[in-house]
Amino acid sequence: MQQTLFNLIFYLTSAVAVASTLIMVTRHNAVHGLLYLIVSSLAMAIIFYLLGAPFAAALEVIIYAGAVMILFVFVVMMLNLGQRSVQQERDWLKPGIWLGPSLLSLVLFAVVMVGFYGQGSATEMHIVDARQVGIALFGPYLLVVELASFLLLAGLIGAFHIAREPKTPVQPSPPTDAETAP
Amino acid sequence: MIPEVTLNQVLILAAMLFSIGLVGVLVRRNTLFVLISLEVMLNATGLAFIAAGSFWNQPEGQIMFLAVVTLGAAEVAVGLGLVLVLFRHYKSVDIDLVNELRG
Repeated sequence: MQQTLFNLIFYLTSAVAVASTLIMVTRHNAVHGLLYLIVSSLAMAIIFYLLGAPFAAALEVIIYAGAVMILFVFVVMMLNLGQRSVQQERDWLKPGIWLGPSLLSLVLFAVVMVGFYGQGSATEMHIVDARQVGIALFGPYLLVVELASFLLLAGLIGAFHIAREPKTPVQPSPPTDAETAP
Repeated sequence: MIPEVTLNQVLILAAMLFSIGLVGVLVRRNTLFVLISLEVMLNATGLAFIAAGSFWNQPEGQIMFLAVVTLGAAEVAVGLGLVLVLFRHYKSVDIDLVNELRG
């Protein structure tokens, strides 16, 4: 009885994840898309928990539904796109534009589906808790932690350098012209 | 308590989400949506890793998920910085405006 309930929750959550991601891709307004992405992330967190990975589920909520989403929301607020961009999106998303890539992706998905079909064994999933993950992460995989910190530092410095406002606006003419003119 | 799902079902779900994200990357011209769709694709990859880790009862799946999440966070930080620069130069977030290498 409880098993069937858990199965039902899994299928329901999968449907919510796929549906919210589909809706997200087709939104015109960036903020609406972000809100649907939050729903998708939370559904994915539930799926991770059901698959026996509670640590990954917590990370999904904290990082995707928390940090990454805040980044996106801040950038949307800074850009201040407004109604004009919604109209622009409406003009861009014509069936002639999205039909071809969608069909090609569908073909790709069908190929993957054929590859997966009928090869499943009924072995059950196991719970891998945070203790096992921590022991492995800070034991044989310590290098992964170091590399992750390098990567995050590089991302931080790179984002700061790229997005920095130039202090002095670039002059179209070199300053030597003004000196040599008189 | 774990639902009776096979590895195939989870992998099909991951492939579904990956395909939707791929459609988003290919179709949308708004750079913000391209980045969001990339996040969805990375998320689907993480789901496949976690399913494999739970299937073979190994913690390596979640460690790879951790690496994928770190990669996604760094990628989105740099990508949003590029979006800001793009908007500052062109007053638009159309990704087709930057299809030339020359500034």
